[in-house]
Amino acid sequence: MRVFSLTILLLVLCFAPAHSAFPAQSPSPQTPAPSPPDLAAAKIIFEGHCALCHGMDGGGGRGPSLRRPKLAHASDDEALKSVIEQGIPPQMPDAWYLSKEEIASVAAYVRSLGNVPPETLPGDPVRGKAVYARSGCSACHILAGEGAGFGPDLTDVGARRGSARLRETLQNPAKTIPENFLLVEAVTNFGQALRGIRLNEDTFSIQLKDQQGRFHSFRKTDLRDLKKLRGETPMPSYASALSSAELEDLINFLAAQRGNP
Amino acid sequence: MKLLTLFLLTASAAFAQVPFERIVNADKEPGNWLTYSRDFQGHRFSPLAEITTQNVSQLKVKWAFQFPDERTEVSPIVIDGILYVTGPNSAAAIDGRSGRSLWTWKRPIPSDYHSIGFGHTNRGPAVLDDKLFVATLDGYLFALDLKSGIERWSAKVLDYKLGYSMTMAPLAIDGKVVVGVSGGEAGIRGFIDAYDAKTGQQAWRFWTIPGPGEPGHETWSGDDWKTGGGATWVTGAYDPELKLVYWGVGNPGPDWNGDVRPGDNLYTCSLVALDAATGKLRWYFQFSPHDTHDWDATHVPMLFDTPVTGAMRKLVAIANRNAFYYVLDRATGEFLAGKPYAKQTWATGLDSKGRPIRAPNSDPSKEGTLIWPNLNGATVWFSPSYDPQTGFVYVATREIGARYFKRDTPYKAGTFFPGGGEDELSPDDAWGAIKALQAETGELRWEFKLLSPPWAGVLSTAGGLVFSGSDEGNFYALDAKTGKPLWDFQTGGAIGDNPVSFTIDGHQCIAVAADRVLYVFGL
Repeated sequence: MRVFSLTILLLVLCFAPAHSAFPAQSPSPQTPAPSPPDLAAAKIIFEGHCALCHGMDGGGGRGPSLRRPKLAHASDDEALKSVIEQGIPPQMPDAWYLSKEEIASVAAYVRSLGNVPPETLPGDPVRGKAVYARSGCSACHILAGEGAGFGPDLTDVGARRGSARLRETLQNPAKTIPENFLLVEAVTNFGQALRGIRLNEDTFSIQLKDQQGRFHSFRKTDLRDLKKLRGETPMPSYASALSSAELEDLINFLAAQRGNP
Repeated sequence: MKLLTLFLLTASAAFAQVPFERIVNADKEPGNWLTYSRDFQGHRFSPLAEITTQNVSQLKVKWAFQFPDERTEVSPIVIDGILYVTGPNSAAAIDGRSGRSLWTWKRPIPSDYHSIGFGHTNRGPAVLDDKLFVATLDGYLFALDLKSGIERWSAKVLDYKLGYSMTMAPLAIDGKVVVGVSGGEAGIRGFIDAYDAKTGQQAWRFWTIPGPGEPGHETWSGDDWKTGGGATWVTGAYDPELKLVYWGVGNPGPDWNGDVRPGDNLYTCSLVALDAATGKLRWYFQFSPHDTHDWDATHVPMLFDTPVTGAMRKLVAIANRNAFYYVLDRATGEFLAGKPYAKQTWATGLDSKGRPIRAPNSDPSKEGTLIWPNLNGATVWFSPSYDPQTGFVYVATREIGARYFKRDTPYKAGTFFPGGGEDELSPDDAWGAIKALQAETGELRWEFKLLSPPWAGVLSTAGGLVFSGSDEGNFYALDAKTGKPLWDFQTGGAIGDNPVSFTIDGHQCIAVAADRVLYVFGL
């Protein structure tokens, strides 16, 4: 029950800001209801004015990707509208030529790029939490502060991933490897082999984390071999390990994880 | 003794005068860096040889200077131990021994100024006689007193409210200061201007988009020339014997929708050779006729003389954003050689005149068309280097493709006028390299691979070294003959500018900026 309450609380906390770009549920009689965001018009504005840096699909380029639930310069929708209107000098120009309504629409559009809307799903989140616990997920993932930080953080996975993507990852994890996740295998000039997740890399060095959570840093000249295991993941498939009911429960539980407030 | 040294240092700065002849004869004073590329020929090669392949591993930071603005792209001017740097609407003189500023100058950026398609930046100053020349974002060319930073004169070059701006380092030649403009994503009509260095009076203007009645106007239709782009935002080169200014011209507007501007769209994506006295066009060479990928031809041209089929020729070479390397006769513009130096899928080759033979279905489309290179091209604004010792040209090369989209874009003054855009491929499918090309042919001699496509230019030195930087903050030295890495230093910030070399107290230094920090290295 406590878990359920917490989930509801998280849902409320996480959805509230996302909805603030939309018309209030019950506008006061004195305040005219703002017009709803025009996402189609916002897409045209985005492609014309934002895509040069952020990419036509918002996936980033010269500027950062906007396909994420939390944006570094926009803690809430008011902040996002402010960023769009005023820019982030010196790199991001302001949008002085847009009306307030257009800015609100573009803000809603940008939010839509990185926020998976809540879905009505089969399964039960309480049973799903139990499935999560007994399946060993926390050996690699942190969720709501608990677990090991080897794999991606799942605290806000429900805001980042829809149920279809969650299902695909659980059944066939190699098909849905997250952006910037790379498993590597390094062999030193002395023959010591090591597998781990790439934490950082430049032309001359690479930094890894092994499954025990230990950090390793190498000059590339000290490595005999450096294999980038694209398309590989240490995560096992749960296609046969879980029944379809367990899978739906787990997906429901994960979809409810919308991040820390 | 310390006081005397300080006095001498101060005195040498106070009496610094840089007549045109000093810049023409830059090789006679290798300890200074008197123009954007050190010499008028655009070589970014230093004749200094104290730092060599044998001792470069001992290179250390001597001092660092923090700019108030992030991602500086400055290429300093260095005169007798003093570094002159710029930022957006700002400049400073820095003591080369201590890294402490001697004077600073700043002009407020107007609240209604908008950079369209680039960040607030400035790539460096120019010097002539007793003045430092700085181009500002809001469209003024300022002449500052070298000794104090006090304004001598200013000239209004452009109206920023129409989307114009200036980010490049001016080019000071014989009695004139040449500047180009930014704004190629804003539907401007580009130009190159020259101003009298003593008075600030405009000497000439060359419109990069010809108007009605001018040759080349027939490559436009209707009023599309009025918003035709052709920005000129990278510093050119100068031949003091031919008295020609060589300057690159940017993309046509709108960038990705060519349907609204049928024709070759001269002189966009071209190199123009202008008479330095009058600004009249002597010749042009268009690299990407009717460009639809935003491949500005705004690069530093490299001028050198070398035998071609037995006869000595005056050449100009360009490593172009469109992924082809070109060698032209710089007296006539005749095409002599050209070949790809990076992955490209938009052309099947060049014809005998150097005109690209377009691959089918290479234009942006509604659904997206996958093409190499991406909009930033196989190289961008940052400088290549020509090394007279090896005969190689070094190019910081970007290997990345993108899906290009075409969209409708109504023109609205002072806003983006793109006509589409791109989705670039993921970082895992992109890489970078320093490539050494045989200067007169473009044949690849070696390449040094980088983790990601770079944003930093290249410096070569008589010590047999090539210096450049990475987007991950590595500043590094390669063997100029082989490309073997010999030294690297993690600066902590992305490097997006051009390195320079000079002497302080008679010893060779190398300077490069990383994010907002200018580092000076020495042995």
